[in-house]
This record gives sequence, structure tokens and C-alpha cells, in this order.
Amino acid sequence: MSGHVSPVSLYITIFLALMVLTAVTVGAAFVDLGQFNFLVAMIIAGFKASLVIWYFMHVKYASKLTKLTVATGVFFLAILLGLLLIDYASKGFTSMPMPLS
Amino acid sequence: MSNAVAHADAHGHAHAHHPALQHHFDTMGQQKEAAVVGMWVFLLTEILFFGGLFAAYMIYRVWYFDAFAEASRSLSLFWGGLNTAVLIGSSLTMAMAVRGAQTNKRAATVNWLILTMILGTVFLGVKVIEYADKFEHHHVPGYNFQWAAAHEAPAAGGEHAAPAAEGAAAEPHRELALNGDQLQLTTQIYFSLYFTMTGLHALHMIIGIGIMLVITWMAWKGKFDAEYYTPVEMAGLYWHFVDIVWIFLFPLLYLVERHT
Amino acid sequence: MLDKLKIPERHYLNNGHGLASWLLTKDHKRIAIMYLISISVMFFLGGLFAVGIRLELATPQGDFVQADTYNKFFTMHGVIMVFFFLIPSIPAVLGNFLIPPMIGAKDLAFPRINLLSLYIYWIGGVFTLYAMISGGVDTGWTFYTPYSATGSNTNVVPTALGIFIAGFSSILTGLNFIVTIHRMRAPGMTWFRLPLFVWAHYATSLVQVLGTPVIAITIVMLGVERALGFGIFDPGRGGDPVLFQHLFWFYSHPAVYIMILPALGVMSELVSTFTKKTIFGYSFVAFSSLAIAVFGFIVWAHHMFVSGISTYAAMVFSFLSFSVAIPSAVKVFNWTATLYKGAISFETPMLYAYGFMGLFLIGGLTGLFLATLGVDIHLHDTYFVVAHFHYIMVGGAIMGYLGGLHFWWPKMTGRMYSEFFSRIAAILVFVGFNLTFFPQFVVGYLGMPRRYHSYPDEMQVLNVLSSAGASVLGLGYLLPVIYFLWSLKYGQVAGPNPWGASGLEWQTQSPPLTENFLEVPVVEHEPYEYEHIVAKEKHLV
Repeated sequence: MSGHVSPVSLYITIFLALMVLTAVTVGAAFVDLGQFNFLVAMIIAGFKASLVIWYFMHVKYASKLTKLTVATGVFFLAILLGLLLIDYASKGFTSMPMPLS
Repeated sequence: MSNAVAHADAHGHAHAHHPALQHHFDTMGQQKEAAVVGMWVFLLTEILFFGGLFAAYMIYRVWYFDAFAEASRSLSLFWGGLNTAVLIGSSLTMAMAVRGAQTNKRAATVNWLILTMILGTVFLGVKVIEYADKFEHHHVPGYNFQWAAAHEAPAAGGEHAAPAAEGAAAEPHRELALNGDQLQLTTQIYFSLYFTMTGLHALHMIIGIGIMLVITWMAWKGKFDAEYYTPVEMAGLYWHFVDIVWIFLFPLLYLVERHT
Repeated sequence: MLDKLKIPERHYLNNGHGLASWLLTKDHKRIAIMYLISISVMFFLGGLFAVGIRLELATPQGDFVQADTYNKFFTMHGVIMVFFFLIPSIPAVLGNFLIPPMIGAKDLAFPRINLLSLYIYWIGGVFTLYAMISGGVDTGWTFYTPYSATGSNTNVVPTALGIFIAGFSSILTGLNFIVTIHRMRAPGMTWFRLPLFVWAHYATSLVQVLGTPVIAITIVMLGVERALGFGIFDPGRGGDPVLFQHLFWFYSHPAVYIMILPALGVMSELVSTFTKKTIFGYSFVAFSSLAIAVFGFIVWAHHMFVSGISTYAAMVFSFLSFSVAIPSAVKVFNWTATLYKGAISFETPMLYAYGFMGLFLIGGLTGLFLATLGVDIHLHDTYFVVAHFHYIMVGGAIMGYLGGLHFWWPKMTGRMYSEFFSRIAAILVFVGFNLTFFPQFVVGYLGMPRRYHSYPDEMQVLNVLSSAGASVLGLGYLLPVIYFLWSLKYGQVAGPNPWGASGLEWQTQSPPLTENFLEVPVVEHEPYEYEHIVAKEKHLV
């Protein structure tokens, strides 16, 4: 039983999209967006990752179980990062006492 | 073109099945699906594994943004960008290799796999260059760490002079919240995370290349066909995941604050 | 009118002889037996350290061993018991053996990965044992920084490495179970016809797969800090030791659910079999396993209430910790409802089940005290905490493991053990356990700190009681080794289903065939259909 065979053109398209998005990421880093630089970089990275997962890793054509597995990983990573942030954010991101100059 | 063989099961009934079908599975389809789900569950563990490092990074980036920004600027955007392109390219070649196996093209599969390994090796070679540069500039925590900002008055000659332009800390055009002593300490956190994250990533790449060597040999021996190419697909999933980790590492490590 | 029962001619134990046939096996049942032997060795090793602890604590002064040595005792006790006994125990032994037959499969999805998991466990064990022999570790099993990173001069890295490696064993087991349960069920074996034992292991596997990697990376970070001088948790360089605690407990709290969920699964099997009734509220019990697994991931900072987390975070985690008690309570209520008007009996497995219900209840309720912020300020790092988790881990998980071992022993070996001695052992375990750990609630409440080798004189009586209880408990654990081994040669032949239990595993011979089933079973009945089984038996007799 063979899985879905994607056309070569699709792979080339995704590759080019990834390269363009990489260039955009670098370009955006040179623009002063203040707090939003980080968000923009992460959103682009997330989108690139989604392209790899959906097309290169064939998740688009995979079973519901596979899709659920991917979603679960993302969800639990979000729990790790999110709940950690609750503690640190509620302390105002106060860092360790630093030596004075 | 099926490689089916006939043999008798416990009841003495002969039945034909692909030689790669393991006996605790009923069909090749079930076996492949199990492998795909199994590999994704393993990748889940990898998401959480790297996730712990991302968590540590997240906290310290907020705490010591200026240290992270300064240290990030000392990384070579050229090498980092090149490596990103190389790795994305290797994902393309890997996807083509899997496609070759799916479409019964033995030679193409082998060639795309070899190309993937070459690109992976290029990536690792660049990392060697970058790491060597870090050692030279005393940016290795616990070893010889010395954070010298470019604007610090250089001693007459000596190791603490402003380093060569390529890896230099770029002169910031704004006030930093951390002073020189504080930067000396907190940039070590950045570099500790840098080496741990990229080192772990590189280790995964080395393992991936090792796996691909085996898969390439198997492909060359003709062990795969349109009905059974699961190991190639598994290697592909692993390799794409390693690419995805780098897709996040690149902006997090190289692009903290490039606009000053 | 039953013919004299005989051990079947062909089964998994005599299908291939010699070391190679065992060390290179793909049979999940043989792997389970090898795990059984391995974790039993580790259990007694961990128990030896417990003996050392209780000997020291029999007198108020620190006179048996030096403080540093005592620190090594409780560290090694914790490391071995948590990572090398409790975490693998039920899944690696009973889960490995039973999940394929329970779902009607011939083996797990990945038999070779199963074998790899065993090898990895052995390798991790060797590293940790080496660390033990060459000086030990004194950081506590929790390895808090900065002491573990820069303060301690003991074998932190080899021990941590051993735990890291053993973690992969746990991950691979969980991975195998998840894929197996999803994709290898026999025709007609829908999710809601699965034994609750399988649901419990599915939930456990989720925790193993999602949680273990985080302690793995935490160990990596600790390792590079200690061995390479990196600074990630080092306060001298602006690092946060509390971050270590957050990352450590992100796994180590769900880890306790890895340890208890399988026992909860065993309990459902025991309660239904020995009341000859279907479990009350099957779907509630099934979903409660999943709920415990998921909720278990969002409560970890209740171990850190006094470590410097914000009051706001503490309140959030305290509230969430209360809610994780709810699904556990659902299970206890449902078993109780199952007992009501059931045909209750008192075979050894059921004795362990009764003990479990009482002790797990106490352990769980005392957990609520600890989840209460104000109370925890007083009780944190006292013996109250020690008593709480031993009630769950020993009174709960180990009793569940022993109950399951006694229940499925006839299936695994084809032999019955001596019911007389097994009941004595069960009673010794129950009495010894309570004598050991109940006084610890009291001394903890009175303020006796944990991890100290000396204490105020007025607490001696309770500590002596505790140490005395430990010897009774130890005897209770030694007896099964003797009568189980004896049963292998001299035990009464068990037959396929000595308990009259439901479940596919009981439809096959004891010991089972290597391939479990000659023909793929087709499932047409709901689980625990005792009315059906009892009616069949009545017609036979």
C-alpha cells in the first residue's frame, strides 16, 4: 500500500516558499518593530514549520491519529511554556540580583 | 510489481505476503501506519525535549534581553543564513528521496539520499567553523569566557582587543540596561544555551546522517519498493523534524536584535 | 468433573531454550519476565537503603552513619525506587505481558523496540549502580541546583546519566503501548470494550511520552553545567535555580501519575473479578485515567510553594492540584459502588485491592492538605510529605503491583502459589506499612524535617514504631519471593482461568503460547460481562 505521492512541483514550491520566508525573517530583523520583532519572527518560523509538517512530512495526507499526535505535541509544549510564564510574568520578570558595576 | 512470497502459516494455509511484513501485523498497511504513528510519537518526545531548552531560553531572553541582543549580534548572520538555506534544501532532497522510493526509482532514491547527506555534512562543517570562531573569541562558557564589547577600550594589544569584524559584537546604537560586568556574566547564559541548543541539534543531525547511511545502503540493495518504503519515510520524518528545530533556532539565536 | 489440569505442552517459556533465546527474544512476555527479575533486584537494593535510613532514625542522634552518608542513603533510595522500580514496574512487567492478549494481538507493535527498552533499562541501571558503588550521590533524588551543579562533590553526573538513559526505556515502552492500543486491537475490540487496565496504561503512556523528555533535557542542562562549566542555573551568572525546579517538576509530578495510573488499572481488574460484577461507571473510570494524565501536567509547582514562585502562581497551582484529585476520587467511588451487592471474596489479590483502597484514600486526602497553601508552608519538607507520598507509592502503587502480580501469576507461569502464605504476606505488608508510615504523618506534623539524620528526643517513640514497622514490611515483601519461586516447581497447575475472570487473556492457556492466540479472536462482548461468564459456568457444572 503506497502513500500519497506528491508531485515534484509541489515540493519545489514549498522549498521556494521556505527560502523566501527565510529571507523575510532576516529582512524583518533589520526593521525596528520593538516588541513585535520577536512575535513576527516566531510567526514566520511557525508558518515555515507548518509547511514542512504539512507537505514535506505528508501530514496533510496522513490519518487523523497522526494529525492528533502533532497537535498534542504542540499543545503540551504550550502548557510547558505557558504555565512557566505564569510564574515569571507574575513576578514582573524580575531577574536575579545582579552585581553592581 | 510485488515481492510477495508464499509460505504456510500455523494452520498450514499458504498465503502470499510482502517479505517485509512482520507476523504480528495483518497487512502492510497496518504495519506502515503503525510505523508512521510510532515515529510521530517519538517526534513528540523530541518536541518536548528541545522544548525544555526553549523554555529556559524564553525566560532568560526576557530577563537579560540586552545580553542576548549583544551576544546574538556577535554571531555570523552569513553562516547562520547559509546553514538555514542548506538545511531547508536538504529537506527538499529528503522529500525527493522518499518520493523516489514511493515511485520505485531505486537510483533516484539513492542519489537524493546521498545529496541530503552531503548537505547535512555541509551544515555540520559550517557549525565547526562557527564553533571554532567562538573558541577563538573566548565565547565558550566555562572554558575561556571573556566578553569584550567592541566599545571597551582595548588593552595595548593582547587577547582582549576588539576581535575581527566577522564575529565582532556590533557597536550598539542605544543605551544598554546591563553594564560591562553584568554582560560578562549574563552573556554566558546566552552562550551556554547557544552551545547546548545547537550542540544537541548537531548531535541529532549526526545521528540522522548515520541513519541515512543505513537507509541509503538498503535502498541501493533494492530493499524498497512502492509497497514498502517505510524506513525511508521514517528517516525523512526524523530529518524534517531536525530541520524544523533549526527553523526556530535560527531566528532565536541569530536574530535577537539586528536593527540597531 | 474437570480433568486433572496439566501445564500445556507448548508455551512461551519452553519455546526456545538458552540465553540467546531470551536475550534476543521479540516475545513481549519473555521481555516482561526479564523486567520482572530486573526490577525486583532494584527493589531490594532500594530497600536496603531504606533499611539504612530506618536504622539511623531509630535513635534521635545521628549515630549510625555520618550526615553525608545519610544524605547518600536517602538519595539512592529515592533514585532507585522512583526511576528503576516504580516507573517501570507495572507497565514493564504486567503491561508488557498483558496488553497484547488483552486486546487480542500477537505482540506489541514494535517487539524489537520493546527489547531495546529493556537493554536501555539495564544500561541506565549499570550507570547508576556504578555511581552508587564509587561513592554515591547526596543531592536528594530531586537534584536541586546549585548544590547538584556546583556544590556537591559526589557522583552527580553518572547518576544523572543513568536516569537519563533509563528515561528512554520509559519513553519507548510508552510509545509502544500507544501505537499498539491504537492500531493492534482485534476485530470487535472497540475502545469501550477494552479492559480498564488497558485504558490506564494508555493514559500512563501519554505521560511517559510527553513528560520524560523534559527531565531528560533538564539532566542535560545540569550535566553541561556541572561537567562543562556552563551557566544555565548558576545564580552567580544571573541564572535561576528555581528554573531547574520548574523543569524538574514538570516531569516529576506527572511521573507520580506514571507510577499510580497502572495500579489504578490493576485495581479495576481486581475489583470486578472478585466481585463478579462489571465495574460501575466504566466510561467514567476510563475517562478519569485520561483526565489524571492531562491534569497531572498542570500542577507541578505545588512542589515549589516555598521555593520562591509568586503568590499568584502558587494560588493557580494550588487550585489546579485540588482539581486533579477529582478523577482519582471518581475511581474510588466507582470501585466502592462495584463492591456494593457484589459477590465479594478475599483471595490474596483482592486483599491487596482492599488495602489499596484504604491506603490510596489516605494518601490522596493528605495530598489535599499539602495542596492547601497555608498548610503546606508548615508541612513542606517534613515527614508529613514523606508519609503522604509513601501512602500513594507504597500503599497504592506497590500494593497494586503486588495485587496484579498475584492475580496474573497463574497466567504468566501456569502455577498457583500458596494461598495461605500469600495471605499472610499481604497482611504483613498492610500492617507493616501502616506501622511504618502512619507515625510519620504525626512526626511530620510535629515538625520533624525530612532528610535529616537526627531529630528531637521527644519524637523517638514514633520513629521507633516506624522503624519496627519497616521490618514487618520487609518481611512481608520477602515472603512472596519465596513462595513465588516455590510455586514455579511445586505450585498447583492453574489452568486457563483459575479466577473465573473476564478478559481475553483468560481465554487462552496458562502459560500462553508465544503467539498468544492460534486464531485472531473476534470480540463480541462488552468487558466484565460476568453475568454471561457465570451463566456459562453454571451450564458446564
